[in-house]
Parts: sequence; C-alpha cells; structure tokens
Amino acid sequence: MSSSQVTEASARAHHDHHPDMEEMRLLGFWIYLMTDVMIFGTFFATYIVLKNSTNGGPGPADLFELGGVIASTFILLASSYTCGLAVLAMNKGKLRALLGWLAITALLGACFIGLEISEFAHLVDRGATMGTSAFLSAFYTLVGTHGLHVSIGLVWMVALMLQLTKRGITPVTKRKVQVISLFWHFLDVIWIFVFTVVYLMGVS
Amino acid sequence: MLESIKNWASDFFVTGDPLIYGADAAIIITLVAIVFVLTYFKKWGWLWRNWLTTVDHKKVGIMYILSAFLMMFRGGVDALLMRTQLAMPELQFLQPDHYNEIFTTHGVIMILFMAMPFMFGLFNVAVPLQLGARDVAYPFMNALSFWLFFAGAMLFNLSFVIGGSPDAGWLAYPPYSELMYNPGVGQDFYIWGIQISGIGSLMTGINFIVTILKLRAPGMKLMKMPMFSWSVLASCIAIIFSFPILTATLALLFLDRYGGAHFFTLDGGGNPMMYINLIWMWGHPEVYIIVLPAFGIFSEVVSTFSRKKLFGYKSMVYAMMIISILSFLVWAHHFFTMGSGANVNAFFALSTMVIAIPTGVKVFNWLFTMFRGRISFESPMLWTTGFIPCFVIGGMTGVLLSVAPADFQYHNSYFLIAHFHQVIIGGVVFGYFAGLYYWWPKLFGFKLNERIGKWAFWFWNIGFYLCFMPQYVLGLDGMTRRLVTYSWDKGWWGLNLVSSIGAGLMGIAFLFQVWQIVHGIKHYRSNMDTTGDPWDGRTLEWSIPSPAPHYNFAVLPQVSDQDEWWEEKQRRQKEGYTAVAPELSPIHMPNNSGIPIMMAGCWFLAGFGFVFHWLWLIIPGLAGVALCMLAHSFNYDTDHYIPVEDIKHTEASLRGAANL
Repeated sequence: MSSSQVTEASARAHHDHHPDMEEMRLLGFWIYLMTDVMIFGTFFATYIVLKNSTNGGPGPADLFELGGVIASTFILLASSYTCGLAVLAMNKGKLRALLGWLAITALLGACFIGLEISEFAHLVDRGATMGTSAFLSAFYTLVGTHGLHVSIGLVWMVALMLQLTKRGITPVTKRKVQVISLFWHFLDVIWIFVFTVVYLMGVS
Repeated sequence: MLESIKNWASDFFVTGDPLIYGADAAIIITLVAIVFVLTYFKKWGWLWRNWLTTVDHKKVGIMYILSAFLMMFRGGVDALLMRTQLAMPELQFLQPDHYNEIFTTHGVIMILFMAMPFMFGLFNVAVPLQLGARDVAYPFMNALSFWLFFAGAMLFNLSFVIGGSPDAGWLAYPPYSELMYNPGVGQDFYIWGIQISGIGSLMTGINFIVTILKLRAPGMKLMKMPMFSWSVLASCIAIIFSFPILTATLALLFLDRYGGAHFFTLDGGGNPMMYINLIWMWGHPEVYIIVLPAFGIFSEVVSTFSRKKLFGYKSMVYAMMIISILSFLVWAHHFFTMGSGANVNAFFALSTMVIAIPTGVKVFNWLFTMFRGRISFESPMLWTTGFIPCFVIGGMTGVLLSVAPADFQYHNSYFLIAHFHQVIIGGVVFGYFAGLYYWWPKLFGFKLNERIGKWAFWFWNIGFYLCFMPQYVLGLDGMTRRLVTYSWDKGWWGLNLVSSIGAGLMGIAFLFQVWQIVHGIKHYRSNMDTTGDPWDGRTLEWSIPSPAPHYNFAVLPQVSDQDEWWEEKQRRQKEGYTAVAPELSPIHMPNNSGIPIMMAGCWFLAGFGFVFHWLWLIIPGLAGVALCMLAHSFNYDTDHYIPVEDIKHTEASLRGAANL
C-alpha cells in the first residue's frame, strides 16, 4: 500500500517535470499550421487563376466596398493584439486578466464574423452568388474558409475559457492557450493576404 | 405511399445486377456471422477494450494492415473482373457502365484504401520500436487517424451496394465528374470517402514527423537513425505538403457539385484544367509517399539478410530527401498531351528524368550491400530480390514515358498501365510484403511458414510478368486504357488472354498468402519466436521480446551506433562484458479512449448525409464530431503510470526472470 503510494507520488513529480510533452504538442501544432498554409495556398492560387473569369457578371471592382473591409481588418488586427495581451497576462500568472483578454478577443472575432456575414448577405442580395461565376465561387471559398476558421476558433476559445476557470493556469492549459494564440495570429496573417490579394488588388 | 417507398428503395439500393445481389447477400451474411460470433463467445467487451478503443500503436498498426488486406481483396476482385472482361474480344461479361465503376474503384481502393493503410500500418508497427520509443507522439490522434481512414473506406465501399459507385476514373477528372455529366451519388461517395480518410492521413503525417524528431532514444542522432525511419520521415514530409492540396481540391469539386459553384465546370467561367493540375500536385507526390517507405524496408531487409551494414547510408538519406522534394516538381508529366507548350513540357520532362538518378543510387546501394554479404533468402529477402529487377524495368519504362514527344504515343495507352503497375506492384506491394514478413514475428510472436510463402512469392512474380509484359506491347499496338471491349480484327486477343491469365495467377498468390496466415495462426506454437530476434536483426526493435510488451521498452535504450542492436550483440560477446541490471521506473502511458471511433462514426454519418444531401443527417453528424472534440478537450485524465512491479512481472513472463 505505502510503496504504491510512493511510486504514485514520484510518478506525479515525474509528470510535473514533463514540460517537453507540452512542447512536443506545440511543435505538432506548428506543423498543422503549415498544412493549413497549403490549403489556403491552394485556394489563393485558384482565386488568382479564376479572378477574371466573371462569366459576364460583376467583377471585383463592381462588388467590393473597402470601407467595411477596412473596418473588419482593424477589428481582426486588434483581436490579435488582445490575444497577445492574454498570453502576456498568462505568463505573469494573472488568470483574471487572461480570461478578460480572451473574452475581448472572442468578442472582436465575433464582430469580424458578423461583418463578414453581412457582407456576404449584401452581395447575395445584389445577385452575386457562388453560382454566378468562377470568380465568385473562388471568392466565397477563399474568404469563407478563413471565416470558418475564425468561427471554429471562437468555439474553441470559449471552451478553453471554461477550462481555465475550472483548472487555472497549469502546464496543460498554458500550452492550450499558446496553441490557440498561434492559431489566432495565423488567421490574422492569412487575412492580411486576403485583404491584399482579394480586396486591395480587386478594387485597384 | 408504398409506391413512393418502393421508388426510393430502388433509387437508394443498387439493383438489377446479379453480381450486386450476390454482394448484398455476402455482406449481410458476413455481418450477421460477425455479430453472432461476438455475442456467442461474449467477446464484445474484449473487442471494445482491447481493439476498438486502443491507442497502442502496435495494435493500431495491426488494424491498419488487416483493413489493407481486406481492401486488397476488394481491389483485387475488381482487377480480376476487368481482366475477365478483357480476356477475349467482344465479351459481354461486364456492361460499360459497370466497367467504368470497376476501374474507378479499383484505382481508388488500391492506392488510397490499400497502399496507404498498409503503409501506415507498417509505420505504426515499426517506427516507435526502431526509434527506441514507447509510443508515437500523439497516441490519441493516431487512433483517430485509423478510425477516420476506416470510416472513409467504409463510406467509399458502401457506394457499391447503396446509390452506385463513382465512375469517373480514380482521379475523378472534371467535367465528367461534374453534376451535369455525373448526376448520381457515386462521385459524392468518392469525395467524402477520400476526404474523411484524407484527414486521417494528414494527421498521421504530422504524428510521425514529430515522433521521429522528438522521441528518438537518447544518443540516436538523425544520422544514426534506421533507414526505414528515415524513409518514413521523407514520406511524411511529402504527406504534409501534398495532402492539404487534395483536401482543398476535393472541397472545390464538392462545392461545384453541391453548391452550384463553377470551379471546374465548362460553363460559368470554370476551368477543368485547374483540377487536373491540382489533383496531380497531390497525385504525383502521393506515388513517392507510398514508395519511399518501401525503399526504407528494402534497406533494412537487405542489410539484415546480408549480415552487413547498409552500403552508402548517407547517400541513401540524401537520395530519399531529394526524391521527396523532386516529387513536387514533376506533376505536369501526367498531361504532356494537353497543350501546355514545349517549354513547360520540357521542364517537366527533365525534372522527371532527374528522379531516376537518386533512385539509381539507391538500387546500387542495395546491390553493393549484398555484394560479399552472407545472404540468406528468407521471405523478406526473397521479396527484396524480386523487387529489384521488376523496379529497374519499371523505372526504365518510366524514363521512356518522361520523354515528352514520345509520350504522345504512350499517353493513356496500356504501355502506361503496365508501367505504373510495374513500379507500384514491384516497388510498393512487394516492399510492404517484405516489411510484413520481416516484422510479423515482432508483432505476433511467431514466424509464418516459409514454404507457403515461397509458393505465394513465385505465383505473384510469374503472374506479374505474364500480366503486365504483354500490356507494354498492347500499348504500343494502340490499345488504350479504360477500354471495355475490342474487336477480333485488332489482333490484341492473344496478349490480352495471357495478361488475364497472369492476373489470375496473382489472385491465386493472394490466396496462398491468406492460407499462410491462417496456417501460421493454427500452428503458431511450433513457430514461436522466443528470442525476440528471429532474423539476427540490427536495429532496436529486435532487442525486445516478441510480441513487444505494450510499453515497448522497459528501459529506454542508450544509442551509440548506427546499427545499435547489432553492435550491442558484438559488445556482449566480447570478454569481460558484464550485464548491468537496469533500474526500472514507472512508465507513463496514454489511456484508451472511445472518442476516436465515435468521432469517426460521426464523420461517417455526416459524409453519408452529404452524399444524399440529407441535411437532417449532416447536422447531427457534424455536431457529433464537434462534441467528440470538445469531450476530448475537456478530459484531463488522459494517461496513467505503469508501476515498476507490473513491468517486472511482464518482463519476467516474456523473457524469463533471469534475463531481465
């Protein structure tokens, strides 16, 4: 009885000295992000090849209104900043600040998604749907895939906040926060490319 | 009411073909038999605890290989049906529509649902053991990968009896795979079967890269790593860069069919050539993804059975890495005839020819390893020696095909069919067989019968040459691929008949292998491997008992040499060697989990919903996937420790207490 308690205790101590396990999971996530780069790369390539195939329908310059897109760009950039603040708070061990910044990040992300949905609805209203032309198919797929990623990130972030309230900052929750912050910054970088290639180059 | 149900049922189930009614009956009888046997022997709990929820990489590997064998049977039956249809001119054995479905499913199953799982099975079986690791980097994800593959494969196979199979070729070129020309559900089964299993493949790629980079035994520098593990690394790097392209491409095809998009349609500004470029940007690396691990196996086997260090270890590593990179630069050689222009064709022709150089380096390395070695021809070595001439011929016809101007003659002819079957059967299938025979004792603790294995080997080889050599000639005579029948006046019948006989011999060879396994299980007591090292092996997997305990290594090995276990055996024979009793400590292991199989089940339901446009099934399916992910995320009790007493007990029963 006592010997098994001892082994268990030493085992747990051993467990605490296992930061490399969490580091290994972080490395795996970096590799996952590379695969996501390939997916977005494929959609970007498709968009660039098909962006002039408007099939007689509206083209980028007829459809895009930069005002709303610039607003949502700033919102997403701000959310990346607050996400960074969340990680800083976590590194200082401040759980409440961490939760607060994550909540603000999630709110900004939700605003971004809201704006995107209203943009899509507006376009569909004007008769520019996925089936109108190859250009629009590629547009909705590229921008929508980014939006889908952000939406999944939102669910994930809320789930993580629940875990943080229950368990506090542990090596495991710490790694999980680092992973989602990587994901969030990654989506920001992808958006910069979307903004440039789709919107800026589209209206110019 | 009754009438509408009848109509729906005749739409839903494939009807009207006696072959398919036979299959229906066979599937139902098999399912009933499985359920009956499991219930009668009260094995449900055992199955769930030991297999369905396992995260042990060795068991996951066994499940992969078992599934691959089942799929080889299905794909092989497809092949035999085709060769029966083509055996004589003007046969009416298969209808053209049915024939289209069969060559499509044959290709998809053999590459994606036979070769890939067979390969992943061998990864799982051998890589952690070779590295001196206790597990893969992400055991839960590993089990999930398997179940996603399995769900995808089952979804794809279901198309045979429900709704109808895809018939647009193994790569589903548009516009024929588009809704306008292909309104049935077959193409949707294709998209979702591959998509779901593809997620699993991608995760396996990530898993094994991290395993190899992070979990090598102390002292095992990359340049001391066994060659099979190197080949797995090369293959996985190609996986993580190419499989996302497949995912994206199939998503676009899905949007065309389901969302009315115009990516690859002929109207609406779509561009079918986009698809053909994209699919081959995945498809070409895929060929190297499956063949590189086979090269790794040959390297292990040649060195073990020649009792020599592998010749040119470093050049072998570089060759593999170069092949893995070059595989991404050659995709357009699959459509030289599609009007890309002379400069583009020249680039892709040259980059294709360049691949022959590192491949040639490897072949010479294997030959030099054998040179002056003490060679013994047991099963694994037999397959390796069978592979070399086959692959060299196949490689040379590949170089012929890579000559762009000449390809206008070979394109889509039986010459091409013969070429890729020669490199894929000769390279990949023979390689995986070598690997399976090689690691079999490590997995199950007994050796397979060599005599039956030799029969299988010779039937495979003779059948292979009889089947495919005539096809080179047929191709040059102008016989095109995907041809359902031909007339007497073409003069092709003699060669086709020989080819079909060869295919039949390979079918018999497969039966020999099944018999060999059944025979092995029946007589396992007389063929037990008590040493753990039946081949006098060189790498770490042979330093532990067979079958390997679930934690693999009681004590993590310390590595100092390239063939560590071989060197260790030399050290032990020297005078003055004293064995040091290792100090055991509790081993950290992951818990079993039912989430992977449930999540894959939800994907299956969602996929089935997508195929039939059933929103009422898609939504709960995807919600189930999300819930499974959340359930896993909220579960912090994911691993346990094996106490020292248990390890001592296990080791003692496997090795005998004295040898611990």
